Amino acid sequence: MQPLLKMQGIHKSFAGVAALTSAELEIAPGEVHAVIGQNGAGKSTLIKILTGVYRKDSGEVAFDGRPLHVQSPREAQDNGISTIYQELSLVPLRSVTENVIMGYEPRTALGLIDWTSAHARTREILAGFGINIDVTQALGSYSTAIQQLTAIARAVSLNARLVIMDEPTSSLDDREVETLFGVVRGLKARGVSVIYISHFLDELFQICDRATIMRDGQTVAVREIADTTKLGLIADMLGRDPEEIAAAGMTELGGGQRETGEVLLEATNLHTDRMLRDVSVTVHKGEIVGLGGLLGSGRTEAARAIFAMDRLRGGTVSTHLHPEGFSNPAEAIRGGVGFLTEDRKAEGIVPDMSVRENLTLALLPRLVRRGTIDRVREEEIVKKFVDALGIKLASIEQPIRELSGGNQQKVLLARWLALEPDLLILDEPTRGVDVGAKFEIQSIIQEYVEKGVGVLLISSEFEELVEGADRIVVLQDGVSVTELQNPGITEQALIGAIAQSHERATA
Amino acid sequence: MDAFDWKHLSRHGGLVAFAALLLINILITPNFLQLQTLFVNISQVATIAIVAVGMTLVIATAGIDLSVGAVMAVAGAIAPLIFLSDFAQANPSLGLFLAIVVPVLVSVVCGLFNGALVAFLGVQPIIATLIFFISGRGIAQVLTNGNLQTFTHPGFSYLGTGKILGLPFQGWLVLVIAIVVWWMANRTMFGRRILAVGGNENAARLTGTPVRRVKLGVYAISAGLSGIAGLIVVAINSASDAARIGNLMELDAIAAAVVGGTLLMGGKAPIFGAILGAVIIQLVKYTLLANGVADEVALIAKAAIIVLAVYVQQGRKE
Ligand SMILES: Nc1ncnc2c1ncn2[C@@H]1O[C@H](COP(=O)(O)OP(=O)(O)OP(=O)(O)O)[C@@H](O)[C@H]1O
Ligand SMILES: [Mg+2]
Repeated sequence: MQPLLKMQGIHKSFAGVAALTSAELEIAPGEVHAVIGQNGAGKSTLIKILTGVYRKDSGEVAFDGRPLHVQSPREAQDNGISTIYQELSLVPLRSVTENVIMGYEPRTALGLIDWTSAHARTREILAGFGINIDVTQALGSYSTAIQQLTAIARAVSLNARLVIMDEPTSSLDDREVETLFGVVRGLKARGVSVIYISHFLDELFQICDRATIMRDGQTVAVREIADTTKLGLIADMLGRDPEEIAAAGMTELGGGQRETGEVLLEATNLHTDRMLRDVSVTVHKGEIVGLGGLLGSGRTEAARAIFAMDRLRGGTVSTHLHPEGFSNPAEAIRGGVGFLTEDRKAEGIVPDMSVRENLTLALLPRLVRRGTIDRVREEEIVKKFVDALGIKLASIEQPIRELSGGNQQKVLLARWLALEPDLLILDEPTRGVDVGAKFEIQSIIQEYVEKGVGVLLISSEFEELVEGADRIVVLQDGVSVTELQNPGITEQALIGAIAQSHERATA
Repeated sequence: MDAFDWKHLSRHGGLVAFAALLLINILITPNFLQLQTLFVNISQVATIAIVAVGMTLVIATAGIDLSVGAVMAVAGAIAPLIFLSDFAQANPSLGLFLAIVVPVLVSVVCGLFNGALVAFLGVQPIIATLIFFISGRGIAQVLTNGNLQTFTHPGFSYLGTGKILGLPFQGWLVLVIAIVVWWMANRTMFGRRILAVGGNENAARLTGTPVRRVKLGVYAISAGLSGIAGLIVVAINSASDAARIGNLMELDAIAAAVVGGTLLMGGKAPIFGAILGAVIIQLVKYTLLANGVADEVALIAKAAIIVLAVYVQQGRKE
């Protein structure tokens, strides 16, 4: 059968640094095709060339048997290629409806936008994803997951023949991932092809037919999913021997085996205008405490309250050095607390600033010598962390927006590690990083914990929580309902605890 | 045109435009290559450049300051009131000192007012500074009863007519201000924080940046520099006309900043770019004036330059 898409010999350099060297991609009609590779392998770049965001230096692209020359995402869209980018590209201040139908609004006879049918249509599309929300509200007032699903809904609602998803599940919980898989299977049944980029290799085995593996800007292998294993894929990605990798082991933070020290953080009965009603959590020195719960249970909100981003309406936060708590993030930082946010683009990176400037943003007050920033020390620190975390970049003076998603994430983690904090709040610390890097990040966190740092860990990945945390505090609707203790926590137990508390609430 | 050329052009567009303007003038403008022409241009570009430097900082935080011209008028109205007062006649040096320092301080206070509206009340910068844009000039006219104040005061006039090493005093002043502000923007924590606030305000707040104080600071600096520019205008003219000092200066300053490479979305503060932008704006004005083109046409030309500068910025695509 003739392939729907054939990309051949694609080359692309950014300011002389090669990002893609002879990359290939071939997609059959009605196929769900994974593209995998380490952070910075060139996955997003390849996609952006296909969709007209970047221009290729050389190579051939054929769509449906004909050469394809798109100059802009809009043109790609009109050719039947719909994309959900890794970084959300929606407009948070506009309503959900506007975001879903943007550029393709239904018109009345007078040529004006027909809002009634626009809202109705949006409601209908979202209902297909199991989302029932007020579509007239600003998109930004909803969680990252809902925004992510909205982006997906938008892409799917346009008459696409090829839907591209660049790390679509990185901010979704299990239930929503299931919803998404349902959508992907539905697309496949309709004969629509899907390109699926993800660092969660387990997912591939559930929905993908084939996988293209990229390494250092090249396509190194194409595999039938049915004929391969997770270990085999990892070996392809890293270019290493499967046995060697198996021997090294593939996880974990090692929860429940640590000696913990004095109390670092004590938050009691937290109550805010954003979600929280009654959350209590304690973190000791050298301990990882997980926050478990479904999306919208208030995990991120609890972190924000502790870091003094949201005002408390009730309850207290106290740390060993600051029994009174904090009145703003700057104080929290001075008090030895770091907070890695889940929303890399909106709250994390300053896109036009260099990697160096991004990495030292929270550290600045300590870098000042006689009124000026000590550039020598700054560069030393930055280089140290770039090496330690294996951040892939052309130069530390490169704007951070040019880094691949996973490498941006590492820079943000380094931003907080550089502070040498007592307490680290990590909201989805390994979001968007490849399997190898995830292991590295986890072991770095582990190292800091062994040195006595306390960690409050939020993760949508149950595995990370279950294996990493010494204790898990389960939240539900803004209330901390129960606590699990490691060793002894299993994924089943955690899911059980979350479900149970849910039943209790609905009963 | 391919991507590479665009990048090149957007980075060096200012210099290319500057060179082109020089060339055109050498060819068509009578007596262009004379020292006198240089002096005239330096003394006129100085006010635009000084205000543009402050404007660049404000725009770097994703703000804008429309009140610069009005602040110039206030400072320019206050200065003669001070040095012409009986007290200043009795104590000439103290009087001169106060006639410079007080207007600048008053300007800074005006800037703090703008900044407070933006930072603490969350008023959009364009609206917040529009308030003073409208009322400031009114205040200046009330202060002077709407009269043109003329004077002869050699000490004060030095600001506008003095020379050091043969070059106008205000040219040197621009250089000093540019170097100091550049140093601040690139070497100090405050400067780094300005760019962070403009680049991503949420991220800045989360990393402990005192976002409000930073905003307060840039509006205060912008107003303070506008005040200095107002004094220079008055000194050049040996007269203070509250209705005209700094008229349309906000446009010149914004144009200079944009031509110099400042992004209106914030996050960039090319100080020397702004100076170059000011020079270009001044040269365009001069070219048209020296060749007998009407003022109104000059306005259109300025608008065209802004459009071109923004277009070149947009053209930056991989
Ligand atoms: N606009 C750009 N300018 C300069 N370099 C870039 C740009 N975009 C990407 N790169 C570089 O190209 C390489 C590939 O990046 P890309 O984003 O495609 O990686 P990726 O495979 O999607 O990684 P991740 O899994 O982290 O998302 C990286 O080294 C990155 O730094
Ligand atoms: Mg990517």
